Amino acid sequence: MSNSNHRLSLRRRMLLSLAAPLSALVLSLLVAAVVLLISGSNPIPAYGRMFSFGFELETLVDMLNRATPLYLSAVAVAIGFRMNLFNIGVEGQYILAAIIAAQVAAEVSLPAPLHLTVIILTAMAAGAAWALIAGVLKVTRNVHEVISTIMLNAIAIKLVVAMLFRRWDVPDASLNQETAEIAPSGRMPNLNSVAELVTRDIGKGRQIWGFIIVAVLVGILYWIYVARTRQGYDLRASGINPTAAEASGVNPKRTVVLTMAMSGAVAGLVGLPEILGRDYAYGLQFTQMLGFGGIAVALLGQNHPGGIALSALVFGFLDSSAPILDASGYAPQEIVEIMKGVIIFTAVITYVVTQRRKRDEEARAAARAMSSPEGEPDAFSKPEKPEKPELPELPELPAAPAADAPAEPASPPAPADTPLEPGPKPKPTKAERRRRR
Amino acid sequence: MSDKAPSKPSGANTADVAEAPTAAGATEAAGAAAAAEAIVLREITKRFPGVLANDRVNLRVETGEIHAVCGENGAGKSTLMKILYGMLPYDEGEMFVDGVKTLFRSPKEAIAAGIGMVHQHFMLADNLTVLENIILGEEPTKRAGWLDFDDARERISALGEAYGLEVDLDEPVGELGIGERQRVEIIKALFRGAKVLILDEPTSVLVPHEVEELFRNMREMRSRGGTIIFIDHKLEEVLEIADRITVLRAGRTVGTVSPAEVTTRQLAEMMVGSELPAPGTKKTEPSSAVSLRVEGLNVGGEDERLLLEDVSFEVRKGEILGIAGVEGNGQQELVEALLGMRPKTKGRVLLEEADISNWPVRARREAGIGYIPEDRHRRGLLLPSPLWENTMLGYQGLPPFSWKSFWLTLTGARKKTAECVNAFDVRTPSIEVAAHALSGGNQQKLIIGREMTMNPRLLIAAHPTRGIDVGAQVAVWEALRVAREGGLAVLLVSADLDELIGLSDRLLVLYRGLIAAELSPQNVSPRELGAHMTGVADAPADRLAAPPQNAGSAR
Repeated sequence: MSNSNHRLSLRRRMLLSLAAPLSALVLSLLVAAVVLLISGSNPIPAYGRMFSFGFELETLVDMLNRATPLYLSAVAVAIGFRMNLFNIGVEGQYILAAIIAAQVAAEVSLPAPLHLTVIILTAMAAGAAWALIAGVLKVTRNVHEVISTIMLNAIAIKLVVAMLFRRWDVPDASLNQETAEIAPSGRMPNLNSVAELVTRDIGKGRQIWGFIIVAVLVGILYWIYVARTRQGYDLRASGINPTAAEASGVNPKRTVVLTMAMSGAVAGLVGLPEILGRDYAYGLQFTQMLGFGGIAVALLGQNHPGGIALSALVFGFLDSSAPILDASGYAPQEIVEIMKGVIIFTAVITYVVTQRRKRDEEARAAARAMSSPEGEPDAFSKPEKPEKPELPELPELPAAPAADAPAEPASPPAPADTPLEPGPKPKPTKAERRRRR
Repeated sequence: MSDKAPSKPSGANTADVAEAPTAAGATEAAGAAAAAEAIVLREITKRFPGVLANDRVNLRVETGEIHAVCGENGAGKSTLMKILYGMLPYDEGEMFVDGVKTLFRSPKEAIAAGIGMVHQHFMLADNLTVLENIILGEEPTKRAGWLDFDDARERISALGEAYGLEVDLDEPVGELGIGERQRVEIIKALFRGAKVLILDEPTSVLVPHEVEELFRNMREMRSRGGTIIFIDHKLEEVLEIADRITVLRAGRTVGTVSPAEVTTRQLAEMMVGSELPAPGTKKTEPSSAVSLRVEGLNVGGEDERLLLEDVSFEVRKGEILGIAGVEGNGQQELVEALLGMRPKTKGRVLLEEADISNWPVRARREAGIGYIPEDRHRRGLLLPSPLWENTMLGYQGLPPFSWKSFWLTLTGARKKTAECVNAFDVRTPSIEVAAHALSGGNQQKLIIGREMTMNPRLLIAAHPTRGIDVGAQVAVWEALRVAREGGLAVLLVSADLDELIGLSDRLLVLYRGLIAAELSPQNVSPRELGAHMTGVADAPADRLAAPPQNAGSAR
């Protein structure tokens, strides 16, 4: 119908998609408040302290540093989600990739940009290779990727332990094992000086990990790939309707393997921010469970690169501001885990609801577009035009069939030769006209 | 209407057959719901997104009769039965059970009203015994919730004796044959007090002697006052067992007849309708240039059943080659093999002299094979995606949709979609709405538009008018006809015999994976075609071993 209508509904749609995460946030604050009240804490000063601490510059740096690996992990999960592949194996993929990359990084010595490139590519290759096992198993042996990636996670974790002990065993101690330190040429410079152009000096020894730039790049590339390339279209089509995608020329097996590999490659990056920005080695302080956190973030961000960024920041904020609750004695910091849970839960529910709303609205709009002023809503015909020929005026039409034709359409709606193109627009069938009278 | 000349169905004649019962059915159903009527459905309408499954259907079932409901696949029989059994609510119309107006919200309510249903796919627990399966959900109990097996046993054997239904109650259902399982399902329904029994294609799973036994049981039940609604599309069976027959087509009631007054042929005509213009409307001759040549194609074999065997044919430019066959005789496999979705085991496929036998799907589509899928939701559309992403589907690697098969060109895609929507009269508020918002007919028009505007060299149209209303049907037929006249080679696979006869230049019949016959639509009736499709053709004159007998080029 009219353009203005369409634009209106577009604005509505944007409102609807924002409504979900916002209401999830508010509800999570309310639920956590109730829990705090029950456990005898006053939520108002607790939240107040949390927010004032959370927006301190050093805490914000923390937030970014926590959000960066979560974001990468969520993008890895989202790539799989886009074609209905549930890559639960991001956990194993990034841990394994991290230790391999750390090892390679410590072994080679190259000029700085090249050294970093080698490390990043190694991590991506390792993550992709590990994920590929699940992809290949799926297309050759029909093993569901959820099962295989869960098992691969367990194997990866044991493998990492084995690698630590075999390669870097120190005879006198079994604790505090770590890979050799990476030379300065393989370290990612921090971005403090960039941030300090607009802020005061960052204190307390906090550093903004330079890897955030890589994360942003990955996000942009992910968006371009999915939304703007033919392969990305193939991937989305396979996720929405695998049989239709196959009929359109998408090779389903190849797409599964490729998607798994890409998901794994991005997963391989998840461990690098802290290794290249803080630890310069793989050791016991290495953060685990980011793979599972990524699933939650991808869900909340609806697999959209921007949405994932926002949700990674929300989760990062909760994580970085929570410690103050313990320190100040207002509440236990674990309350933020409740908040995260509620956010995910409500967001998923509201997404379903708003999507249904959107769908219904579109269906109604389409129905309106179909119904002509006096026609029934299910009539396909254009508004009735006076006098149009009973038969199409195709020049080559011989006389004999033309004489026959008017007799044909007798039984329940059986219109005569209504030309589609070219010629007059389809007209109401005889039966429809009869019904209208 | 029994005075119909069985020679050649001109459009006008067959139309009369279908027309008369429609009026009769309507007046019958309009009559007051007397006590003798177990079930009356009046003007029942049921819509699914994009599909009109039942369109003002009328059905009147008398107490104590066996009432058959016939129709092709997708005619709306199953939907109607699901409405009767409370699995689906109807959108419009009225339903009376024993003269009382009702709307069942669940099968539980239907069962309480004395309606039982035996589904085509049995719903039994394999590792429970027959007895346990029968009482499941309706367990007789003693005090304190103890199961009363003795009472159940007694009641079931009483039922079994009364209706001549015998089963061993202690056998696990997993050990039973198909016929016995069906009996268990029937006893189960009776045990729950069913007075009206709905049997959904009960004979489709049975071997002939089991069918006889089932019919014996059905007659026994009828003689004891039971009412049976029986869905089938095997016409001989229907005429043998039914007291009255209601025919559905494309979601509408065609009419209700008694078996005495119709022949299988007339019944078949009612089922497939006669909505097509006569074959004489073809204005151009196919050219002599071959577009598609298939040589000795085999699909399957080796470890599995041979699905297509030694299939050879050609489709010329400007020709519509119709493929007829009862579903499951290889049409689906043929389409998939031509598209490259199913590997061939032998033979060659040539598209304009290029051997495409080993090409992947994408290469074949981009070489100019258009495809109108048999199931647009499963094969043809991305329902939650906007229309312009749907027009790309199948052509995403070609301009105007992408640049060098790498970069999507969104403006080009939108422009092309707008053209498509205008040219094929797709009714939509904009090209940004999701495909699921459109009605079935508009979705189909979008698909046709997509395939036609990409200038294919060969169009594979599989059931192009299935499940869409008549207005859209006509548009689709006209589009095919125009494309044919423009020199397009079309392979038309359809279950609608009149569509095949009306549109095709030549007809091939697939039966058990073999080309059983090549026929000319000019001198074949739906009945003869049906006979070839079911493998009972007795007229070898129609069978063609030698070169095309009535091919367009011979004229």
